[in-house]
Amino acid sequence: MRSPTAYVSVLLLVIMLTALLGRAVWQLAAFDSGSELPRLLQNNLAASGVEHPVTAVLLNFRSYDTLLEIAVLVIAAMVGISMARTRSLEDPELRTADALLRALLRWFVPLMLLLAAYLLWAGADRPGGAFQAGAMLAATGVLMRLTGMPLDFLRPGLLLRIGLVLGFALFLLVGLASAIAGEAFLAYPPGLSKALILSIETLLTLSIGMILLALFVSAPVNNASEPEEGEQ
Amino acid sequence: MSTPLLYALTGVVLWGIGLLGLVGLRHLLRKLLALNLIGSATFLILVGLAQHHNGPDPVPQALVLTGIVVSIAATALGVVLIRRYFHLTGCTELGNGAEGSKEDRAP
Repeated sequence: MRSPTAYVSVLLLVIMLTALLGRAVWQLAAFDSGSELPRLLQNNLAASGVEHPVTAVLLNFRSYDTLLEIAVLVIAAMVGISMARTRSLEDPELRTADALLRALLRWFVPLMLLLAAYLLWAGADRPGGAFQAGAMLAATGVLMRLTGMPLDFLRPGLLLRIGLVLGFALFLLVGLASAIAGEAFLAYPPGLSKALILSIETLLTLSIGMILLALFVSAPVNNASEPEEGEQ
Repeated sequence: MSTPLLYALTGVVLWGIGLLGLVGLRHLLRKLLALNLIGSATFLILVGLAQHHNGPDPVPQALVLTGIVVSIAATALGVVLIRRYFHLTGCTELGNGAEGSKEDRAP
């Protein structure tokens, strides 16, 4: 901040806006909208193909949101990769030769992969699903990268491209197929919901894991000659 | 006052803190963190308010889950862009337009 006057005015403005928001929330809380949505959701849950209401909303009733979300992720990954300075996305400078981390990883990687698979499967009837499992996969990848394990699929090439768009592509394909078949966009054919949701979730998990990992990996590397970011 | 409402009001306070940080702080990483705080506050308000009357409501929860993933991607992208900006200019702050003050530059 440049001057005390500016600082005080900004502070006052923020306090006023916060008070306004607080008042709005308070009024909204006093007003019972009597929303029909939860009841409607419970009544139609059987038709969705999954037992957990959040998964049903994410991948059936409001799958449009999820489709756009994965589109946003793909775009973010593309921009992130194009910003990367290293050609191979793999820099030996980033590796740590920590013996403890290496030893721990032998135990962690299989366990984390198992946990990711469990989270994916659990999404059908309890909290879990593609995004949690994808985040788990990405965390495994980050750990593997930190110890310098070779992650060949992260090199810019066919494998990386396919991995990044796989989930989005299948999702879009299902949506378009149902639209061409005469149904609404993204309306699953009756009876096939469960199988379709499961296959979309599986590919989404892979893609999300790869996207998050690619974003982590593509942060440009520091040059030793340049100042650290903390110094100013 | 119910617990969910308390969550929503906590979200309001966090939103204020985040806004103050976004406007008042100059380091880009801090701005990004403040933006994240605003996002989390929004999620808290959304979920808290929806639970206030009818108990857990899956629709806002699914929306918030979507929002969390998008905000993670946005944060990661922000960090990548900030680092790129730092490499190109050596600055950790945005300049004052045309003036391009010299003292912003890292030594």
